[in-house]
Amino acid sequence: MGKRHPLVLFMAGFGYAILYIPILIMIIYSFNSSKLVTVWAGWSTKWYGELLQNGQLVDAAWISLKVGFWSATIGIIFGTMIGYALARFRRFRGKLLLNGMATAPIVMPEVVTGLSLLLLFISLENLIGWPAGRGLTTIIIAHATFAMAFVAVVVQGRLSDFDVSIEEAAHDLGARQPYIFFAITLPVIMPAIIAGWLLAFTLSFDDLVIASFVSGPGSSTLPIVIFSKVRLGVTPEINALATIIVAVVAIGVIAANWLALKNENAQKQNNK
Amino acid sequence: MGFQSLKRYLVIIPPILWLGLFFLIPFFVVLQVSLSDPALTRPPFTSIFTWEGWWPSSFTGDLENYEFLLSDSLYVNSYLNSLKIAAIGSFVCLLIGYPIAYVIARADANLRNTLLLLVILPFWTSSLLRVYALIGMYSPNGFINSTLSWFGIIDTPLQLMQTDFAIYSGIVITYLPLMILPLYAALEKLDGDLVEAASDLGATPLATFWRVTLPLSISGIVAGYLLVFIPSVGEFVIPALLGGPDQLMIGKTLWTEFFNNRDWPVASSVAMVMLAFLVIPMMFLRNTQRAGSA
Repeated sequence: MGKRHPLVLFMAGFGYAILYIPILIMIIYSFNSSKLVTVWAGWSTKWYGELLQNGQLVDAAWISLKVGFWSATIGIIFGTMIGYALARFRRFRGKLLLNGMATAPIVMPEVVTGLSLLLLFISLENLIGWPAGRGLTTIIIAHATFAMAFVAVVVQGRLSDFDVSIEEAAHDLGARQPYIFFAITLPVIMPAIIAGWLLAFTLSFDDLVIASFVSGPGSSTLPIVIFSKVRLGVTPEINALATIIVAVVAIGVIAANWLALKNENAQKQNNK
Repeated sequence: MGFQSLKRYLVIIPPILWLGLFFLIPFFVVLQVSLSDPALTRPPFTSIFTWEGWWPSSFTGDLENYEFLLSDSLYVNSYLNSLKIAAIGSFVCLLIGYPIAYVIARADANLRNTLLLLVILPFWTSSLLRVYALIGMYSPNGFINSTLSWFGIIDTPLQLMQTDFAIYSGIVITYLPLMILPLYAALEKLDGDLVEAASDLGATPLATFWRVTLPLSISGIVAGYLLVFIPSVGEFVIPALLGGPDQLMIGKTLWTEFFNNRDWPVASSVAMVMLAFLVIPMMFLRNTQRAGSA
């Protein structure tokens, strides 16, 4: 097909429309002053004000932020160790096992992950008394487990692009292993670790299914509260909340992209 | 070498312990519960082992729950319908995603970056909220119905929610980026000279597409298809929010079994059978990704 066949362009535009029109409609209706979602009664920001008054939603958002932060942080520590081991250690006992366990959480159906972790937590509690009940800790453990899998993939990818001879040169010049890692390897894979942290945080902040299985009373995350509300239909408050989340994510992604581009251009300038 | 390998094990062992405890062992717990019977205790299932100190002295597990899954058409239909919906939904994603990936791969550098960003952006926003946004489009008093009736095109609202169409829309809005990215990666690598050569030799654009572009992007098609298919099979949010009683899907059936009926042993056996269904596509995905990276 030609470079810009009009039919292909039309079909691509149609695809983008499918992705964006529902979100745009939702954003527009979040500024509707009527409580009835069908009737347009003029522009208003009152639902944003009511959102901040809604203690349940604010508490849930706070829990989700905490869970996202801690699970992503545990995720990058363990994920970096896994990614490093898989990319740099040639052969070791358990490599196949580690490789399998580190990639499987990514493709595991969420209902299966959630159910299996809950049953584990209950069995552990019966056996050794830990974890006592379900709450923040169990959600963080569950999210950290899939977080480290995603981070491991990103870090491993970055390490396999990066020339191992630089690390070897440092070794030949007498540098020792922890030093080589912190002085050379870590700065190189830092963008991958940051990207992995953000990805893990986003996935945690978005997760409904796994958190529903492993949360306890008083530890409802934001998606759990949103889900219980939207089951009954569309509400202007959730439209407003969704608009805020979409806006924050959009600003973050665009800023990250802009920084990455700037970085790339600067490197090109240096190479000239 | 001894000291060196000791340091290595400091890196390897913590993640192996974590994943072993929180990922591998849980499956054996699910397997064990799936062989037990429901009970009015906490937790609500019987133990299949009788313990004598640290050693199990008797085993009372059976396959009753699996026999029950086979005997009740609800479960068989849920599995078959999930596979059908995931297969068709992934194909719809392929049809919608391919032109997008093609246009991105052919765009010049600046535009390409923007177009890619527009694909990645929805992927970073909550999928729960994207599915929720579809309710605002499709519900009887939603955007589509109120617009159509405002123009006088319809008198009674169209039934858009609780249909297969709503489910497929949900799969597209949730997973389309996962389809586009591997397609784009495959199409970007494709040598433009080959396409040019084909048309220089007199092939029509359609023939060039069928015989050059499509076969050369097959790795991206397979990877994208599996990346959408696998999570779609076990999907819960989409059938729960957009589907009705006719849109049976196994993820939702498991959820109901666990949270509403509180039959944990049956829910566990549903999970084990779901895994058995997904092992083959998962292995297949692993192999295509390994082939792609090599």
